[in-house]
Amino acid sequence: MTASTHALPDRSIPPASLPVRNLMVTQAEIGNLNNGMPVYSVNAGFQDLIRVEFLFENRRFRPELAALTAAANRLLSEGTTRHSALQLAEMIDDVGAFLETEESADNCSVVLYTLNKHLASTLPIVKEMLTLAVFPESEVGVYRKKQQQRLAVENERVNSIARRKFNQLLFGSSNPYGYMVESTDFDRLDTAILQEYHQSQYHSGNCVLLLAGKIHDSTLPLLNQHFGGNDWQQPAPSQPVFGEIVSDASKIHFLHKEGALQSAIRIGRRMMTRAHEDYPGLSVLNTVLGGYFGSRLMSNIREDKGYTYGIGSALVSLKREGYFFISTEVGADVTSAALAEIYKEIEILQHELVPKEELYMVRNYMLGSFLKGIDGPFALLDRFKTLQLSGLDYSYFERYLLKLETIGSEEIRDLARKYFKKEDLYELVVGVK
Amino acid sequence: MISFSRHILSNGLPLIVHEDPSTPLATVNILYKVGARDEDPSRTGFAHLFEHLMFGGSVNIPEYDGPLQIAGGDNNAFTNNDITNYYCTLPANNLETAFWLESDRMLSLAFSEKSLEVQRQVVIEEFKQRYLNQPYGDVWLLLRPLAYKVHPYQWATIGKEISHIEEATLQDVRDFFFRYYTPDNAVMVVAGGVKTTEVVELAEKWFGTIQRKFEKRLTYPQEPVQTEYRQLRVERDIPFDSIYMAYHACSRLDDDFYSTDLMTDVLSRGKSSRLYNALVKEKKLFSDVQAYLTGDFDKGLVVVEGKLIKGVSVETAEAAIVEELEKITTTFVSEVELDRAKNKVESTIEFSEMDLSGRALALAIADYMGDPDLVNSELKRYAAVTKEQVMNIAKQVFRKENCSVLHYLSMN
Repeated sequence: MTASTHALPDRSIPPASLPVRNLMVTQAEIGNLNNGMPVYSVNAGFQDLIRVEFLFENRRFRPELAALTAAANRLLSEGTTRHSALQLAEMIDDVGAFLETEESADNCSVVLYTLNKHLASTLPIVKEMLTLAVFPESEVGVYRKKQQQRLAVENERVNSIARRKFNQLLFGSSNPYGYMVESTDFDRLDTAILQEYHQSQYHSGNCVLLLAGKIHDSTLPLLNQHFGGNDWQQPAPSQPVFGEIVSDASKIHFLHKEGALQSAIRIGRRMMTRAHEDYPGLSVLNTVLGGYFGSRLMSNIREDKGYTYGIGSALVSLKREGYFFISTEVGADVTSAALAEIYKEIEILQHELVPKEELYMVRNYMLGSFLKGIDGPFALLDRFKTLQLSGLDYSYFERYLLKLETIGSEEIRDLARKYFKKEDLYELVVGVK
Repeated sequence: MISFSRHILSNGLPLIVHEDPSTPLATVNILYKVGARDEDPSRTGFAHLFEHLMFGGSVNIPEYDGPLQIAGGDNNAFTNNDITNYYCTLPANNLETAFWLESDRMLSLAFSEKSLEVQRQVVIEEFKQRYLNQPYGDVWLLLRPLAYKVHPYQWATIGKEISHIEEATLQDVRDFFFRYYTPDNAVMVVAGGVKTTEVVELAEKWFGTIQRKFEKRLTYPQEPVQTEYRQLRVERDIPFDSIYMAYHACSRLDDDFYSTDLMTDVLSRGKSSRLYNALVKEKKLFSDVQAYLTGDFDKGLVVVEGKLIKGVSVETAEAAIVEELEKITTTFVSEVELDRAKNKVESTIEFSEMDLSGRALALAIADYMGDPDLVNSELKRYAAVTKEQVMNIAKQVFRKENCSVLHYLSMN
């Protein structure tokens, strides 16, 4: 070691910060099983494992059966014509695999995580669940109780109440985006209703396969063997039944929660989906306002005032609609003060230009986040899935990155004026005012 | 399999480098060997409050987050009873920015009065948000002092009470920093799209010249063997009763850790597990039941907890848990059950290694445990566990006089 390496470094000057590079996205490969089912795959990573996702579009929403969609998906594993719930769980657990279900307003998924050496033995179990689930009454009963108890606990949390109530205000109760599931909704679930729904929903014509991890030559033939036949086809799916979207007529809402030490605050509005031309610019605006640790909201309301443990904002893009929201939990005694500061930060964005240095920081932060978002097979496939569900292709990323490069402070201010008008914003407080 | 090399800088800071040429990212993880167990019983919550202050500017850099965000990075930190861990992830070509930031706050903090004032408030709001304004949020504030009478694990990382946080002074902050945040009381891991020789050189440049020495670790008062069954009943404004049974067990460093961990997996991991099937599915006494090992650096706890179905008495629920636990102390677990638990461990390790920052943290913890290669060798230690060992452990752990039970009941 030379003497120079032991000299004291000059700590007053930051090391040169280089532009974020390597923004090349490894694209998913697009293919089909023999029966036409789309298969999207990202073959990457070192570990000899795979994530296999079976993604189904939710095609029928009825408010009187609002709990049905998620229940059907979660109960797929609770018994088939051939095996009990326990036998199915044992077959998956014996080889150390994981089977998870995911439910959103637009889609339901069954996701298998397994080491590749166990793929051949676990795929038939998944096939059985997707096609031969029977929804035994006893299992439905256990599920119902569990969900009702879970919901009762959620209803004690100011943040959970606010999250659910806010979506109802934006979208109304006739559709899955806004409907607030209630305890009694679970009472209407039974074996017959679940079986009928299962028939209509879980078939190859309504399914997309998403693969990420190490994909071997044998992987696709294996998937074809179990899922590529015509044995789980249904007549062409009908047009989805969704329900009307109607926002609440009044914008300001307050729900009192006795004894709350903190109030949950949500402020926001309906917004466009990712496909809209303003979406990439709005992403930058959202990041400046509340999308990262150094955001205006965090800097002011947490790091300067100490009103909260955390505050943030987000843009959400669903299939048919989107929304924007600010969310926080603040000390009950500072609820009004926090609200005033949130609106103040929005107004500042509408009236003052974001300084160049701040915009530079936000841009680099977002590029760094983008880089993290394309690191590894799961992340890469998740990015593709986001595009796919928004009806977009990879050219979206080019538009997004170009907007990050070129957006100026005036455009951010104009977007804030256009989309964050106070009269368009819903405000919900749950707690104590 | 995680490849790495280990180096010791001239000032005693251990450095582990893990090269992963497949990623354009780098993670810098710095673990300080200080946690809530090092706190004064009258000043609890301090290690965690201090973690917040590590972001309030350092001696030469007014703000931590800004320069990191300019370099395309982000970061976070956590405190538990044993350690405080800081990590940031950024594009690998900006690695030096992380060295500059992390070394300056190891050198010295800004010790700003304003930062202390604000972060005290932030942590008080965190206390409310996570522990007080949350159904079942104060369970661990009650269970810890029930199970531990002597050892500092009797308080939670957030602290015993809000007043301790309110009373923290800038002098406390200074003393804590100079005592614990020394190069030889830390472990640094750099992982990702980096070159080992460059990392070592950068580490010497930025960290190697920090010359403070760690004085002496506390000897923690060891918890005496528990000799009587303890029970605490509380009523809260919550919808459902729940029960928490805490049994003294081994530490993360103990040879018994692996058999104890597998034992709790047999009991409650996955839908094929014993407690889930017996208590949720068959007897329908619980809506949810879990068993797990805390895995602390000093002797920890095996906790069995469950939420009761409305109408079930907590006595019935406790008896049903005890009945299941007795089975595992008197009959061998089957080979199938044991293999299942081992297979789950194997795939969990494989899947967790996909994440770069997860690999970095695992290496840091393993190094503190005495051997960074534990990240690779632990699987063998799990594989070697026998059904006899599981039964022996169960017999040692699941004794009534070794148990502290919290009945956390609904007042409605």
